[in-house]
Amino acid sequence: MAKALHITVEKCTGCLQCEMACSYEKEQVFNPSHSMIRVFHFHDEGRYVPYTCTQCAEAWCMQACPVDAIKLDATLDRKVVVNASCVGCKVCTIACPFGTINYQPHTGKVAKCDLCGGDPACAKFCPTGAISFVDADIPGYLKMKAWAAKTSPQVA
Amino acid sequence: MAWTKKILRVNLTQGKVASEALNMDWARKYLGQRGLASKYLTEEVDPKVDALSPGNKLIFATGPLTGTMASTAARFSVITKSPLTGTIACSNSGGYFGAELKYAGWDMIILEGKSPKPVVLIIENDKARLEPANELWGKSVWEADAGIKQRFQSPEMKVAGIGGAGENGVLFAAIVNDLHRAAGRSGVGTVMGSKNLKAIGVRGTLGVGNIHNPAKFMEAVGAGKAVLKANAVTGQGLPTYGTQVLMNVINESGALPTRNFKEVQFESAGKISGEAMHAKRPDGSANLLTTQACFGCTIACGRVSKIDPTHYTVKDKPQYQKASGGLEYENAWSLGADTGVGDLEAITFVNFLCNEHGMDPITFGATVAAAMEMYEAGAITDKDTGFPLKFGSAEALIKCAELTAKGEGFGKMLGLGSKRMCEKYKRPEMSMTVKGQEFPAYDARGIQGMGLSYATSNRGACHLRGYTVSSEILGIPVKTDPLSTEGKAPLVKAFQDATAVVDSSGLCLFTTFAWGMNEIQPQIQAACGEEFTVDYLMTLGERVWNLERRFNNAAGLTAKDDTLPQRLLKEAAKTGPAKGKVNELGKMLPQYYELRGWSSDGVPTKDTLQRLGL
Repeated sequence: MAKALHITVEKCTGCLQCEMACSYEKEQVFNPSHSMIRVFHFHDEGRYVPYTCTQCAEAWCMQACPVDAIKLDATLDRKVVVNASCVGCKVCTIACPFGTINYQPHTGKVAKCDLCGGDPACAKFCPTGAISFVDADIPGYLKMKAWAAKTSPQVA
Repeated sequence: MAWTKKILRVNLTQGKVASEALNMDWARKYLGQRGLASKYLTEEVDPKVDALSPGNKLIFATGPLTGTMASTAARFSVITKSPLTGTIACSNSGGYFGAELKYAGWDMIILEGKSPKPVVLIIENDKARLEPANELWGKSVWEADAGIKQRFQSPEMKVAGIGGAGENGVLFAAIVNDLHRAAGRSGVGTVMGSKNLKAIGVRGTLGVGNIHNPAKFMEAVGAGKAVLKANAVTGQGLPTYGTQVLMNVINESGALPTRNFKEVQFESAGKISGEAMHAKRPDGSANLLTTQACFGCTIACGRVSKIDPTHYTVKDKPQYQKASGGLEYENAWSLGADTGVGDLEAITFVNFLCNEHGMDPITFGATVAAAMEMYEAGAITDKDTGFPLKFGSAEALIKCAELTAKGEGFGKMLGLGSKRMCEKYKRPEMSMTVKGQEFPAYDARGIQGMGLSYATSNRGACHLRGYTVSSEILGIPVKTDPLSTEGKAPLVKAFQDATAVVDSSGLCLFTTFAWGMNEIQPQIQAACGEEFTVDYLMTLGERVWNLERRFNNAAGLTAKDDTLPQRLLKEAAKTGPAKGKVNELGKMLPQYYELRGWSSDGVPTKDTLQRLGL
């Protein structure tokens, strides 16, 4: 069964363990500036929002790539950048409506979340459960359940 | 090895920056942050130097674990000679600045001399430069933070700087980073202002990768995080209530100094407590909006508050109606119980002002409390202050904050801190200080060990040098009787030495509610090298303590300065469990000196120095 990253914004404290975990998984370096997941701080509102690739079904990045460097990995329902093919033209970064695929000056290639081969480090190291890796059809269900919980109790 | 092995040296007089290699022999002996920067300071600065002269230096230092995945590894320290106390100063902060500095490739910044004109230091990885401060000088901490990000087109830049207090020579000016985290105590911001340095903006994208044993490190930090999560204080109390979990606890222990230590319990403690921050207002909102973790922290004790927009303090001031750093326990005490102000929204507002203008809220609140006592005793009048200054007046407290930050009117007097202020009005006994620094929020009559901890702290009265409250009140790691002096000398020494290790590592002291050396040491060892055993680290902590002490002795401080105000030694607590008690420092101090291996006049003996490799 396909799994997806699920983010519960209210649980995020802005600690950035996810950003460090992501860069450590990929490069064995603690370096949030290379992380594929980013936590945005909306200071004046007291909100911290983790954001990363949603692995769109009709991935615009994949469609736009002129050298076929972004491949669908159906087993994990993820889109993966093939570094050997990527020429760093950045067209995919323009095509992605969410800004979650990005050019990395230190490699000359683009990079995006690839779900760490099925065990995403960001979810594994999130201390509050704000980031979880769950069955792909669960996230909507959880939201539905939260709304259902808000309904009034039945009157006997 | 976890260090970047590089120091950025900035000569402000000449406007020059240079990179130099970290002294690795010293790194192995002093670890990082507090210990290592203190070593550099003691080697490079004359202990007798005027703290506000160009001869003083200001060091920003990270620890070897700063910027790693160890929980709480956000910390950096600012080390200098204090203009408030004349001792060595080391103020520690969290937020995001420390990790960013490490990611830019620097263990430390050493700032020396004095810039002829106001400047900012801009660091982008290995490139550093001084830029004219121009319009940023005169701006608040918050405005300068936004201004630097905008001018240098770097929205991800992290900024640490001073506000009006630091520019105007307030002797307890703080260096504020990430808007509301602060290297708060001992006037480190005053030194920064005296050097004409407004702020440091840093952007780092190099990361930290040179861990000694990565697999072991990840195993050790994982085990550490599990312990934090399972512990009642770090897993529940601090995340839920922040440090404000203590307000009611300490009040019930009869150790909440009230109205400048005239009393030890505050009738309105409940109104300014962590629980009160959660209480719902009629519209369903609360003072506490959310929690905020510092970089890498899995505890998340930080508070983010939103003042009731209809409250008189902010009604016509939309800039203060936004969320910002909420009350920590020490600030809620100094601005609340110590001044007798029981209005949560008002003290949250004053806390905002302290962050905005870069003032230490502990010393500020305590200095206002001393002024209030002088006012009520008739030692000062409206002629001195310009307005009534009675205990319990939130309006007066707010006025004091505004005037102090601007250096205007009676604020000039408050900006001296309580010791100098009370001396000027010939009421020195009303200054509740040790070595010129104001006490934090624990009354030493109700917590005996804290009396010894305060009296011997190397930076004047302070709760962060030997927090025996842990043992005496909370029972961590073992419960001791807060009203007894027995066993307190070894307890204080053990806490002081262990704290010096934590403060030199990049970790936050709050982990020690759950972690002992058995959790901390494996993380340091895996990051730094095999030689960092428990025994090695405890000796290192003791070495740091004695290094600081030696600097203070050379600066002219003696055993006579290891004391407490007469009020704590002579005036008994009036209520609560400690009723009838004074602090019995005299029973603890001689044993402490002996355990430290110091002479009876408080000087480390030759044998002690030799044993510690000093």
